[in-house]
Amino acid sequence: MRGALALILALGLAGCAALTPPPKPKPGTVRINENPYPSTYQPYGSVPTLIRGATILDGEGGRIDNGSILLVNGKIEAVGGADLGAPAGAAVIDAQGRYVTPGIIDVHSHLGDYPSPGVQSLSDGNEATSPARPEVWAEHSVWPQDPGFSRALANGGITALQILPGSANLFGGRSVVLKNVPARTMQGMKFPGAPYGLKMACGENPKRVYGSKSQMPQTRMGNIAYVRQTWAKAKEYDRKWTKYEKSGGEVPAQDLAMDTLRGVLQGKILVHNHCYRADEEAIMIDVAKEFGYKISTFHHAVESYKIADLLKENGICSAMWADWYGFKMESYDAINENIAFVQNAGACAIVHSDDANGIQRLNQEAAKAIASGKRAGIDISEATAWTWLSANPAKALGIFDQTGSLKPGKMADVVLWNGNPFSAYTRPDKVWIDGALLYDAANPKLRPVSDFELGQPGEGDVK
Amino acid sequence: MTAPAGRHPGLDPGSTYFRTVKKRWIPAFAGMTMMLASPLAAQTVAITNGTLVLGDGSEPMQRGTVVIRNGRIVAAGAMRPPDGAEVIDANGKWVTPGIVAGFSRLGLAEVDLGADGSDDTDSGNGPFNAAIDVTPAVNPKASTIAVSRADGVTRAVVAPVAGKNIFAGQGAIIDTGDDMDAVLRAQAFQFVELGEGGAGIAGGSRATAFVLFRNALREARDIRGRIDGPRRDDVLLTRFDAAALVPVVQGKQLLLVHVERAKDILNVLDLRREFPGLKIALVGVTEGWLVADQIRQSGVWVIASALNDLPSSFEQLAATQSNVGRMRAAGVKVAIGMIDDSDTRYVRNQRHYAGNLVALGKVPGASGVSWGEAFAMISSRPAEAVGLGDEIGSLAAGRRGDVVIWSGDPLELDSAPEAVWIDGVRQPLDNHQTKLRVRYRSLERKALPEAYRK
Repeated sequence: MRGALALILALGLAGCAALTPPPKPKPGTVRINENPYPSTYQPYGSVPTLIRGATILDGEGGRIDNGSILLVNGKIEAVGGADLGAPAGAAVIDAQGRYVTPGIIDVHSHLGDYPSPGVQSLSDGNEATSPARPEVWAEHSVWPQDPGFSRALANGGITALQILPGSANLFGGRSVVLKNVPARTMQGMKFPGAPYGLKMACGENPKRVYGSKSQMPQTRMGNIAYVRQTWAKAKEYDRKWTKYEKSGGEVPAQDLAMDTLRGVLQGKILVHNHCYRADEEAIMIDVAKEFGYKISTFHHAVESYKIADLLKENGICSAMWADWYGFKMESYDAINENIAFVQNAGACAIVHSDDANGIQRLNQEAAKAIASGKRAGIDISEATAWTWLSANPAKALGIFDQTGSLKPGKMADVVLWNGNPFSAYTRPDKVWIDGALLYDAANPKLRPVSDFELGQPGEGDVK
Repeated sequence: MTAPAGRHPGLDPGSTYFRTVKKRWIPAFAGMTMMLASPLAAQTVAITNGTLVLGDGSEPMQRGTVVIRNGRIVAAGAMRPPDGAEVIDANGKWVTPGIVAGFSRLGLAEVDLGADGSDDTDSGNGPFNAAIDVTPAVNPKASTIAVSRADGVTRAVVAPVAGKNIFAGQGAIIDTGDDMDAVLRAQAFQFVELGEGGAGIAGGSRATAFVLFRNALREARDIRGRIDGPRRDDVLLTRFDAAALVPVVQGKQLLLVHVERAKDILNVLDLRREFPGLKIALVGVTEGWLVADQIRQSGVWVIASALNDLPSSFEQLAATQSNVGRMRAAGVKVAIGMIDDSDTRYVRNQRHYAGNLVALGKVPGASGVSWGEAFAMISSRPAEAVGLGDEIGSLAAGRRGDVVIWSGDPLELDSAPEAVWIDGVRQPLDNHQTKLRVRYRSLERKALPEAYRK
């Protein structure tokens, strides 16, 4: 309202310009609300908890054998050796033979947008009506009752995840980062303060979806042209608004699609680019330079091993599967050593799922990647490998200052595993999110059941 | 869409088909499906000192020996290697039968999406259904076969995908050997969809699917013994398709039935009252634990998805990873397979799925299986489920010489095959992926482009 008033005043003054010295332009005051669907997530209750005698992987590459970790008030209070004491009244867990790690963060999930059951009525992940749909937000499709969230928690130790739109479009829309905490609303799961992401896609999917409708893009060159033209529009939009914000004048019309892209150009929204092939990644790196934005992460980057040097140079993460291959042409050159090769080149590696089953075993995917690397002569420690599961995805999502490693002051997003999490024989024993114990294998009451599952066969069962 | 009037091999008890369903494989009858092991296999090979896994459900034994000769297992257990044998020391390694993929589409598709001509899984645009036989579609040189072989998978149950009829056609049991003869047993089974998928194909309801099923078997009964004779006017199947179902009605060919929902399972078991000859095995069976006693009583085999725990459809609401363990505990005969789970290429994941079933033993309230049983579920159990338990899937004397030496526990994530034999023939383990690995191990610029590194 106040902005509109300022606008009227500004226009009135302009009418007198001929008689008086030109007034110094006043900044426009209308601002677009960048957070209209704010997080309402509140951490659940926690008791001070000391876990001791554990093998601790801190998520940043550190390891403490016979380590202790203290969780207080939802935060990590301290991490240390056997001498770390517990405050009075703290719950103490002896974790001999078990591992403690940061909760796993899946940088690529469609839970809630493509939930279980996978019926048409609930399939809300691709707004495949135009190759550029940066105006849609994945959070507006999230169904909080997707039973997949609970499986990711209980079997996968997932404490945070990014929900992305699908890859039918070149610009799929905004992503959202969620805490993996059951809630009545999407806002109740939303990770406080996490930046938005923009899903982009290279390659086969956009050209197949639109090519089959005889629309642009029908080819990879069509993909790139469409992407560039869209960024060119975004630059123009950014110029208009920047000018207005600096110098006032007529309030530019709001364009939801362009808002998202402007957020990227301003560095507020992080680009998550589905891009399998190395040669296409290289082109997208140049597109980003051409239009002045940064790519956070290439997703499904099965060929990153071919250009790991280039990715390192440009500071771009690769989100990868351990061994998916060949299901489409752009995954034909996938190799099991991809993650290890990327790590070995000093580039940022992330293990991701894109799958409601895979998200339950990301630790196992990391284990396979370590083993493949080892057979190729690359030794990667368990502690380093855990960076693929927590610190690196947290960095890629812009939440590393809050979570993703076991450092004092960070959110107590922690998993106690019932053995070595790089073994097929290991499962989460307990999972804390912001210090709240939300899964405990030994306690059937701490087993979330979504609304959808109530009254159905198998309600409350082990899953 | 005229039905070929030709004689179907499945009709005549004297045909090669009939003989191949006998328990023992007899070389003289093998013309249609079988290859002989290469002459190299004549050598006696003894693999000693390894952690030996027989594949029959027993637990691993330390310092065991397995002896292969003429393409077959001679013996396995605690013994000295025979004189004159080539002795391979597997100290610190694990030695197992090759893994048998209990259900798959291995060898039918090189690329699943957007690679015209490389995918033979689905015959939905063709005129036939039950008569389809995957044999000519199996490509022994598919990269999926080479990749699976390199991960210790030596055999696979290969089923067609149902197209326009609930009957998908006849599947095969294949090996993954590096030769041109992949098919061990052609026409090993007929595959039919009778759950949600079947209902969809049949026109929208399970009720229709069951009527279609009954009608198809009726048409098969009618045609039996007079394949070239006159038929009724009101037939839905082509003559060729109806003929293909004759051995199913007679119980001479196994019928694999895909069902997930508990009630669908019972419906299928009930069909045997109406068609007493049917020899059924169930595939999928996500809700099997709810009716485990009935399945056990029926005596049928189950080839289950190992780890389904999501209500991914309304026929899988009771999904839990404990399904397999609960069915097993109830006495059901269970193998595991890849049912609609990237079944063209990820059969190598089965061994880790089996490891995950072992893991459940440590989860309070969950039902896992023992290590030995878990391994059997990816070796001897699927072989038994498709009637080839005497041929493949274990290291018992007389079985085919399918042996893998692993770097460690094959159900673990860090192990890999170091040597693989199929029919007694040592197999190459390189493939498209391993060659890319070598090419891109270093990204340093060299005198010539990467394309010159081979």
